[in-house]
Amino acid sequence: MAKKRMATVWLDGCSGCHMSFLDIDERLLTLAEIADLVYSPLVDAKVFPENVDVTLVEGAVSSEEDLHKIQMVRERTTVLVSLGDCAVTANVPGMRNPFSTKAVYERAYRENVTLNPGVPNEGVPRLLPQARPIHEFVTVDVFVPGCPPSADTIFYVVSELLAGRTPQVGSHTRFGA
Amino acid sequence: MANNRTIVIDPVTRIEGHSKITLHLDDKGEVVDARFHVTQFRGFEKLCEGRPFSEMPSLMARICGICPVSHLIASAKACDALLAVRIPPAADKLRRIFNMAQIVQSHALSVFHLSSPDLVLGMDADPAKSNLWGVFEKDPQLARDGIRLRQFGQQIIERLGGKRIHPAWVVPGGVSEPLSQADRDAILYSIPEALQIAVRTISWFKQVTGSFREEIAAFGNFPSLFLGTVKEDGSIAFYDGKLRIGDATATLVADGLSPARYFDYLGEKVESWSYLKSAYYKPKGYPDGMYRVGPLARLNVADRCGTERADQELAEFKELQRAAILSSFHYHQARLIELLYCIERMEQLLTDPEILSKHVRAVAEPNAQEGVGASEAPRGTLFHHYKIDDHGLVRWANLIIATGQNNLAMNRSVLQVARHFVRGDKLEPGMLNRVEAVIRTYDPCLSCSTHAAGQMALRVQLVAPSGEIVDEVARP
Ligand code: SF4
Repeated sequence: MAKKRMATVWLDGCSGCHMSFLDIDERLLTLAEIADLVYSPLVDAKVFPENVDVTLVEGAVSSEEDLHKIQMVRERTTVLVSLGDCAVTANVPGMRNPFSTKAVYERAYRENVTLNPGVPNEGVPRLLPQARPIHEFVTVDVFVPGCPPSADTIFYVVSELLAGRTPQVGSHTRFGA
Repeated sequence: MANNRTIVIDPVTRIEGHSKITLHLDDKGEVVDARFHVTQFRGFEKLCEGRPFSEMPSLMARICGICPVSHLIASAKACDALLAVRIPPAADKLRRIFNMAQIVQSHALSVFHLSSPDLVLGMDADPAKSNLWGVFEKDPQLARDGIRLRQFGQQIIERLGGKRIHPAWVVPGGVSEPLSQADRDAILYSIPEALQIAVRTISWFKQVTGSFREEIAAFGNFPSLFLGTVKEDGSIAFYDGKLRIGDATATLVADGLSPARYFDYLGEKVESWSYLKSAYYKPKGYPDGMYRVGPLARLNVADRCGTERADQELAEFKELQRAAILSSFHYHQARLIELLYCIERMEQLLTDPEILSKHVRAVAEPNAQEGVGASEAPRGTLFHHYKIDDHGLVRWANLIIATGQNNLAMNRSVLQVARHFVRGDKLEPGMLNRVEAVIRTYDPCLSCSTHAAGQMALRVQLVAPSGEIVDEVARP
């Protein structure tokens, strides 16, 4: 049987969901027997490839770049997993939503600065007005809440999906887990 | 006529967070300028506004899933300052262990999961293989050791805090639960194996460095200031102490600085092309006040570690150069020495009977309206600074994160490496991987300051003034 193609993507999250994936420890090596990690912050691929079987997405959609990215990921992925509370609900990144992006930028780049105050604008993606969950922009196939979902949960979900089965997520994790 | 040639590396991979690098070339194909752009911004200094201060440790930990414990600790220390309490001695020691467990897991991640592909497979290795799984094929023991060491640190965090990532155990005034004897014993039981792995890894590393002489010479090898925390006796400190700044000649520029007064001597500058601000040492101005933080800086400014094996390794390390050790390539070895120290030191703390004390939390209402908390995170000194109102709600926050303090040096390093290795007339992927590899030595944590995931191929085009593409390399 051909090896499955798996990817992990990081939008506006803290990387904790990725770290929880690494917390599967030695199982990282067994996972490599059934799937290739074709795109991830952990490997050197620079472009998100075509025909990915399962993609785990961490984080909310918060900037223009996140938006562009999630649309491309959706087009090239069969099963898209919204991994963790930030992806599922916007969670922590969403806490900026009551403030205007202007106010958020000003705090960091004008008020708390000693030299050259001003909002960076050359070659850096602009923030969207609000940080929003992934499913508001693209269709999500599997939701895995948790902040982060435990390593065991992630391993279970990934193994089931790679085996072509539907994971019973609810009995393994919950919001804020 | 000016020839506009730019190389863009986007995203920089095998680092924690999202960034890209642009290299500007002159008409002879020589690199004249380089920029390390950090491309995501998260806004924690604002989004905490209006929330109760007691939420800060758990909320601020969500800045970073790699070093949540560092943020928990710096944040809880800022809250301790708001309460104006002295935390119980057992809580102080437990927090120290917690912090060191995280340094172990984070340093293991940096060395094994992110940088070992460059070290084991070489800087010119096939990008499709340049990852932990590629290392596993070539040297299974090393890959397993990396996974095991990271797991060792994470398991200690889990035993103390209840979960591996984002435990809520560190609270204003101390920690929420004492350590049980069973957990203490289980941690102690795991220490000899971790020590063995650390020692084995250091000797492996010292062997491989021989093949990287050219990289050592060009990877951020320049004078700068170095900043780190030390204890009163001048030994290395991670949880608490005074700041010390040394220069390239190993002369102390400042000593005994109070972290709570960071704003007197540290400034931050905005660059219009990056979401990461650049910190500098104010008395020397910008950009002469460039300083480095993290493992290399800490070992440069500390007189010693204070545990047996780490001190042996440190003595050998300090032989590398007569004064301060300048090349950022040596961050890797410094990281391994710190990792060894943390394992040894955790063992000492865990065998202290006081560690099982049930008195682990001081309770108080806020007694101050402003508080600063600082600690040494894996990547360098971390500051959290909050102001609250009469209701205990946060009104203002400022965070100075390790990676921002290395920003000036990272930019200089990228330029140095690019000038040395990148030839505009004949591009090869290995050249560009070296530009990324120097960034990896700093182990930047961009989720701390910002971050995201990339979307462009690494495609480099050389364009002649006429607009004609002279050369092109692409990497999948
Ligand atoms: S869900 Fe939690 S762990 Fe995951 S990215 Fe968000 S804050 Fe981090």
